[in-house]
Amino acid sequence: MDSVSFLRAALQAGTPLLFATLGEILTEKAGNLNLGVEGLMLLGAVGGFAAGLATQSALVAIIVAALCGAVGGLLYAVLTVTLQANQVVTGLALTIFGTGVSGYAGRFLMGDIIPSSIRNTFRTIPIPLLSEIPFFGEIVFQQNIFVYCGIALAILMGLYFSKTKQGLNLRTVGENPSAADASGIPVTTYKYIHIIIGSAISALGGAYLSLVSVPAWQENITAGRGWIAVALVIFSMWSPYRAIFGAYLFGGLDIIGFRLQQTGFALSQHLIGMFPYLITILVLVISSIMKRRQYAPTSLGEPYFREDR
Amino acid sequence: MKNLKLSILVVLVLSLLLAACTPATVEDPGTNGEDAPEEVVVGFLYVAPVGNEGFTYSHNLGRLHVEQELGVRTIYQESVPDTAEVENVIANMVDQGANMIFGTSFGFGEYMLNVADQYPDVAFLHCSGYLDAPNMLNYFGRMYEPRFLSGLVAGMKTETNKIGYVAAYEIPEVIRGINAFTLGVQTVNPDAEVHVVWTHTWYDPINEREAALSLIDGGADVIAQHQDTAAPQQAAEERGVFAIGYHSNTADVAPGSFLTAPIWNFRPYYKEQVELFMAGEWTPENVWLGMNDGMVLLAPLSDLAPEGAQELVDEYTAKINSGEYHVFHGPLYNQAGEMVIGEGETLTDEEMLSMNYFVQGVVGRIE
Repeated sequence: MDSVSFLRAALQAGTPLLFATLGEILTEKAGNLNLGVEGLMLLGAVGGFAAGLATQSALVAIIVAALCGAVGGLLYAVLTVTLQANQVVTGLALTIFGTGVSGYAGRFLMGDIIPSSIRNTFRTIPIPLLSEIPFFGEIVFQQNIFVYCGIALAILMGLYFSKTKQGLNLRTVGENPSAADASGIPVTTYKYIHIIIGSAISALGGAYLSLVSVPAWQENITAGRGWIAVALVIFSMWSPYRAIFGAYLFGGLDIIGFRLQQTGFALSQHLIGMFPYLITILVLVISSIMKRRQYAPTSLGEPYFREDR
Repeated sequence: MKNLKLSILVVLVLSLLLAACTPATVEDPGTNGEDAPEEVVVGFLYVAPVGNEGFTYSHNLGRLHVEQELGVRTIYQESVPDTAEVENVIANMVDQGANMIFGTSFGFGEYMLNVADQYPDVAFLHCSGYLDAPNMLNYFGRMYEPRFLSGLVAGMKTETNKIGYVAAYEIPEVIRGINAFTLGVQTVNPDAEVHVVWTHTWYDPINEREAALSLIDGGADVIAQHQDTAAPQQAAEERGVFAIGYHSNTADVAPGSFLTAPIWNFRPYYKEQVELFMAGEWTPENVWLGMNDGMVLLAPLSDLAPEGAQELVDEYTAKINSGEYHVFHGPLYNQAGEMVIGEGETLTDEEMLSMNYFVQGVVGRIE
């Protein structure tokens, strides 16, 4: 098994997970648990695909995909922030909504393929010099633009949380909205903005699947990746940096079975297929034992109602 | 109180969404249904959306053909799950006047059988199954014949002598296809090997693509598939290698890689069966139809196909159709090099239908 080509493919397989996870981290940092990632990804996938077909422009496809996610996020925010509906139920509804909308809209897209101008934008673009670094450079710097953006976004998000005033405010909103409110932080505005942007980022993960991975529309193209992203948020302990590692690890686990089969590796393929799920369970068990929940924003899942104080 | 109202609201929204997700039965009135001597209504159950390619798409072409040629009314329902839901869909179709039911997924079989005796006047036709009843038959195509032909093309095309095969499940139908393909490859190129990767899914474009990429990274320069989507062909296109499709002609889905594909043609069989039923002469006869009967064929070769491939394909098509050549003829060796059948023998239908070993030339394992 050629480890460079495997790891390069693992980064690509992990990129949709990375976007979905980063989006969910941003949402959860505002104290809102959004289980609708799967639905958001599907909305982004179908919106981006349709826009790409209609306009032949990669940029428009990406913008529309993000907007579709933002609309889904707005719906979720209105329900959970303003109307204070149960976040779990609303998230599940969002998943069903995204599945239904993308399934319906996708019926008109069946059989069309993404124009080559867009596929060309997402081709592998090696970064000069860096891509010649043995091993590491060959893996990380010979990728498509989406992969580079994913890494950059994770780093930017990490800096945003730790180095900016707005990031600090956001964390306060997630930890203790009453205190944030008392110190003059507009809690509702913070929640709305970060839920909407987070949802747009998650939707880009879906767009990667329909624009880059498979340049044709297929129903239910995400196949449960949104749920893995929700688990990855816990795995990465709400840190965007660790999310990079987690997403690529799971991307690799997702595709390693096919590579191992060709080496004549004696382990059952069915067992290998269980790896991502086994490790998800392991992660949840270990994080419970090690009390990793303490890394979660304290108010996660609880609606903030000013009069409740 | 507020929370209760909200919960109710959410439940209502949810149930509305769920209702919206349930696919409705689509009625498609025939061109001159009213003039038909006897009101024959034909119902089709599809396991997937029709789309523009794939297995269900091929069945739908058959349905449209019946409607056009015979002017009967047809009803169809997409995305029927392999569950007891099948019985509800059939009951619904019979209520709408259906007296012939085509079930086009293996998993529909037992549920069709369950209701077959409830509706003794309705004809049940099940694709790819093994169950029958006084008013139910099963039908399928000898896909291994065009698969062998596609193997000839792949064997001529490969330069690395490594051909990848993205396969769904370790069942006789898939194994038979891989073996027939490999025999085709080795007929023209005894040095070439067929490397198999299992995906354990019929329909998952992302995983099919990853499986194809893993084979291409391993050196394969032609990718064949037993999968429902064109993702392996698109992966081949992306990497500049070639591909053999499956189910339906996908020349325009992956124009940069498509060589040819073993495909279905249900038109003649569907027309014949409905005609027999209209004439009152329908009897449930189980069939396994080959290229001769027109149920399976090789899609036209694309411009990427190697020179001389068309002649070779024509030659073997004629030989297979005349019965002069059988794909699984002796001497036939399994992966371990043991002789399965000797010179002059051919596998029987039973032996082909229960095939659970790879022939020589296949690299891969059956678990």
